Amino acid sequence: MKLRIDSTRCQGYGECLPPAPGVIDLDEWGYARLLVVDLTDDQEAAARAAVDACPNNALRLER
Amino acid sequence: MTATVIHIPGHGPAPVLGPSPDRVESLAAYLARGGYRSELRPEELLARIEAADLRGHGGAGFPTAVKLRAVRDGEGAPVVVANGEEGEPGSVKDRWLLRARPHLVLDGLVRAARITGADRAFVYLSDEGAERRVRQALAERDPGLPVEVVRTEPAYVAGEESAVVRRIDGGPALPTAKPPRVFEHGVGGAPTLVANVETLARLALLTGGSDGADTALLTLSGGRSAPVLTEQRYGVTLRQLAVLQGTAEPSAVLMGGLFGGLLPPSALDLPLDRARLAQAGTGLGCGAIRFLAPDECPVSVAADAVDHLTAESSRQCGVCVSGTRALRDTLVALAEGRCDADGQANLARWAQGLPGRGACGLLDAAARLAGSLVAGFADLVEAHRRTPCPACAATPPDAGRRLRVPVPLPMTTATVLRAAVPPPPCTAARVG
Ligand code: SF4
Ligand code: SF4
Repeated sequence: MKLRIDSTRCQGYGECLPPAPGVIDLDEWGYARLLVVDLTDDQEAAARAAVDACPNNALRLER
Repeated sequence: MTATVIHIPGHGPAPVLGPSPDRVESLAAYLARGGYRSELRPEELLARIEAADLRGHGGAGFPTAVKLRAVRDGEGAPVVVANGEEGEPGSVKDRWLLRARPHLVLDGLVRAARITGADRAFVYLSDEGAERRVRQALAERDPGLPVEVVRTEPAYVAGEESAVVRRIDGGPALPTAKPPRVFEHGVGGAPTLVANVETLARLALLTGGSDGADTALLTLSGGRSAPVLTEQRYGVTLRQLAVLQGTAEPSAVLMGGLFGGLLPPSALDLPLDRARLAQAGTGLGCGAIRFLAPDECPVSVAADAVDHLTAESSRQCGVCVSGTRALRDTLVALAEGRCDADGQANLARWAQGLPGRGACGLLDAAARLAGSLVAGFADLVEAHRRTPCPACAATPPDAGRRLRVPVPLPMTTATVLRAAVPPPPCTAARVG
């Protein structure tokens, strides 16, 4: 699975960070920065939780 | 600003400029030069495009054959778009091409439609003069498939492929996030070829001969000499181009419009060669190269160029709004002699971390400008941290106004120099 971000949708709420600390980081302005794109099996659940946590649908999982 | 001069190389081919780039090419003239005529089958032409390694001339330099195949093999009836929206302030070649040789571009567009199996085509542009010529050309000769002309407002990102598709679909000319790429999901959801107009002109030229992919249109500007629109063979060095433009000893080279960053004078022996330029961390982009005058400061040009990009950000991505502003403010502080060690470190860090984070490449361009300045002009940057620079003080950022090059107008104001700019004797044989 790949994790994708639509930068035009990311508003910097930071809701995605707590569920996926090793997968996502916030930059100095608060916007999400992907630490990994190609997810390992271990990271998938965290990434899915981040996708669900984002109030603006900025994150997406892709086959 | 001084009018742009069109320079036909004295040696070597200039198939896109053609023999009379100062005049609008009529249908009769294009036909007399063998236009619209080749019986080459689409498959054969595609093979020839691949063999010649034709690349996109809009900026990214992507292999044209790969793009054509992806669109042809996509799901649904393909669409082809001739992209003539030239957002780079230092480039004029696309607008010149549409104004002077509309039939060459349309010939390429129709052939691209045949290769991909498209039954609809668009010409996308912002320049009014170009629009007039294209409409005239379409009235002169039936292209054999519906071709719609779509005019947009000029903007740096308006020619980005996803912005092109969005505008044609009736939306604003603003980029969207990728994936999907337009070759899989473009106009109305159909696989779409968005091809730069020069690329299409070269595609048409490849039907007739073999030298269609050996040269590039270049917009050269800088120093105190007039800007030059020329066509040169790959392999010509940046130094030769600097001499040709009239800025023989530049203090820096601004590459690829605002996309290739700044190169120091030590890079002047680099040849115009995609692989070599990529190795050096830069690129040809849209073929616009600016040679800074010997007394012009690279720091002030970087600040000005990033100021332009900041103003041109479509403000859709938070990271781009914040990132371009931070880069601009730090570069301006550097130009004004009030940048501290943290600011300098930030420039290097942002240059690493920001590329790829926006929905389009504008943020990458701003980051590369800062990164190339910090890496290629380390002593100069150090000096700017200690003392204010008088050259920077004399030329504060002005949203990139100084970077703008006027489009040569075929048939009216352009002055054609037939290889009349004499390079120094030792390089004369190699220029062109
Ligand atoms: S939760 Fe969504 S909007 Fe907020 S920072 Fe994360 S990706 Fe961006
Ligand atoms: S990166 Fe900047 S210019 Fe590009 S779409 Fe995002 S906000 Fe607009």
